[in-house]
Amino acid sequence: MALVELRNVSKIYHLGGEEIRALDDVSLDIEAGEFISIIGPSGSGKSTLMHILGCLDTPTKGTIQIDGTMIQDATARQLAGIRNRKIGFVFQFFNLLPKLNVLQNVELPMVYGGLSARARRDRAMRALQMVDLENRSKHRPMQLSGGQQQRVAIARALVNDPKIVFADEPTGNLDSHTGEVILELLRKLSQEGRTIALVTHDPEIAAVTPRRIEIRDGKISRHIDPKLAGQPRVEPVGVSV
Amino acid sequence: MNLWSAISIGLKEIWSHKFRSLLTMLGIILGVSSLIAMSALVQGMENGMKEALIAIGGMEKVRIETQDIPANQAHLTDDAVGCTIDDVYALERSAPLVKEVTPEMRPPGYYRVTHGAKMPDWVNLVGTWPSALDMNDHVVQYGRMFNEIDDEAARNVCVIGTYIRDELFGAPEEVGHEIIPLGETININGEPFRIIGMFQRYESEQDRKERELTKEQPKTVQTGPARRRGHNHKGGGFVYGWKNRTIYIPLNTMWLRFRAATGTNSVPDPHLSALNIKVASFDKLEPALEQARNVLMSTHKGIEDFAFRTQEDWAENIQTAIRNARLSGGFIAAISLLVGGIGIMNIMLASITERIREIGIRKAIGATYAGIFIQILIESLVIAVLGGLAGLASSYALVHLLQAMSPTENTPVITVTAMLVAFLFSAAVGVLAGLIPAFKAARLDPIQALRYD
Ligand SMILES: Nc1ncnc2c1ncn2[C@@H]1O[C@H](COP(=O)(O)OP(=O)(O)OP(=O)(O)O)[C@@H](O)[C@H]1O
Ligand SMILES: [Mg+2]
Repeated sequence: MALVELRNVSKIYHLGGEEIRALDDVSLDIEAGEFISIIGPSGSGKSTLMHILGCLDTPTKGTIQIDGTMIQDATARQLAGIRNRKIGFVFQFFNLLPKLNVLQNVELPMVYGGLSARARRDRAMRALQMVDLENRSKHRPMQLSGGQQQRVAIARALVNDPKIVFADEPTGNLDSHTGEVILELLRKLSQEGRTIALVTHDPEIAAVTPRRIEIRDGKISRHIDPKLAGQPRVEPVGVSV
Repeated sequence: MNLWSAISIGLKEIWSHKFRSLLTMLGIILGVSSLIAMSALVQGMENGMKEALIAIGGMEKVRIETQDIPANQAHLTDDAVGCTIDDVYALERSAPLVKEVTPEMRPPGYYRVTHGAKMPDWVNLVGTWPSALDMNDHVVQYGRMFNEIDDEAARNVCVIGTYIRDELFGAPEEVGHEIIPLGETININGEPFRIIGMFQRYESEQDRKERELTKEQPKTVQTGPARRRGHNHKGGGFVYGWKNRTIYIPLNTMWLRFRAATGTNSVPDPHLSALNIKVASFDKLEPALEQARNVLMSTHKGIEDFAFRTQEDWAENIQTAIRNARLSGGFIAAISLLVGGIGIMNIMLASITERIREIGIRKAIGATYAGIFIQILIESLVIAVLGGLAGLASSYALVHLLQAMSPTENTPVITVTAMLVAFLFSAAVGVLAGLIPAFKAARLDPIQALRYD
């Protein structure tokens, strides 16, 4: 069983009688340890997919299973727990809390996880070491550069040791050099065995990951998977991958 | 999310909007302090009333007065004897639930009390027994009360209240020192009476305090005609004035000197103005009155020409007045607390609107519905509780302010219960005010909240 199993997922919005299929019958498996990029033009449904994978949003149709839990059957409380412990999320706009300092921001997931103050501190400091920012722990997010803020966000995503990290255009708001630093960090984490899925519209960034999924108009249009004899395949694929 | 982190988040949030939070708290501060001040005023009033009730002899005291014969016994009018000293003896003998009986006899018609050219405006002149002291809660401060021998011999002796002394011999406030007129002789309707005792000065707690305060200040030189404060009719104040105007003389003296025999009657009029009885305990008031009634019915030959006057009516009036004051005061204070609560709700709604994105982020990294709900609720509670604590502190100031603005005869009393109630009330207001904002925040959809700008 794969870590993440998406089956025939659709997300349909209704805007003034018009039906928008942000996702249209998407099926996808992600195995533990994979480094995967999702690429596509603007408005193709990448973020929608990411939010559904990250349990921030629910599909209109279809099923998702993450680490053995059927998401569509889970209660709000269980979903919060999954977001808290099994999933790390990195956003394009960092989404740090401006009133908290770096350390407190990284500690936040553990606050909701119910850890002791001491354990929270230790683990947050270790996560900050991973992104090389332990000497900035007392700074406010606004006192850091964009790249540094994104590294704090990555530390926050990692601090509860999640099963999978989702990053929605993590470099989208950074200059190309800083973006490369972030990308390098993600690659390093992948080599350490973390499961990472990232969204981008930049083919160069997508080229870094072994597995690539292209989305167009809410559908998977292309799927490059090294496991499958290195052959590019054209979606739609069958229900079982 | 444990309670402590929720409280510390709340405190931080309040601290980061100091001015706004202070303004919000002000509503609660005013509400709490006015609630406490109101209750302190009412409590003071209640204490004053109770004091006055004790000063007139307490709830156990019942007055028996002569009354008109009921219509169905009108034909017996000629047999009606009225209250006499026989009733006193009968009650003492046959009514064990009645602890004490004291007769009261007043001079018929007009009388004047003088000393030289001086004459007090009105006087409470009573002929009675030595037991009147205990019955009416009198304390002889100087000299002595007349005794049974004085009564037996119908001596012309009297015990006076301080007001009589003030009028006839000079008040300490005017003379500058206390005059104790023991041994002096005063005139009552032409009869000379020797003063053998003087009661203590009766006044409410508040008046005593005020008097002691002014005593310490240097005496201001009075210009123009002498002024005197009229007696106080508010609350229970008249009780003290009444007692200070008392002149007690022996019952027999009153009877023989002022109820003199007329041409048709060889004996002076033996009718008592009233009987005062004290029952053993207030719980036994009903059976004791029943007993007294039975005894009197037999001495009065079955004619009901007497009536009982208990303090119950008075006590009930006091209680109604206090309950009304408490209700209306509490109502006004509760409204101001409510307004404070609306202020909190308002500010919490504004605050969560400002923080929609923050709430989205918190939800995205694992905050539950309950986690957000409790955070907002506690924030509201923290504002209310801080306001409540400040309100407790400022209630003292408010009470002093109220006292300065409108002095009352009763000292306001801030009770622990009032503080506790006001504080709990403010906390409850905080929780209530936080419910809607907390609910709105907790049910925000994470994605929509994250998109919000
Ligand atoms: N709340 C919504 N209501 C209506 N339509 C929506 C909503 N959210 C997304 N959509 C639509 O769904 C489609 C997919 O949006 P999505 O944000 O997933 O695109 P994207 O691939 O992430 O684009 P970008 O690269 O610009 O971030 C778009 O057409 C968008 O307009
Ligand atoms: Mg997007």
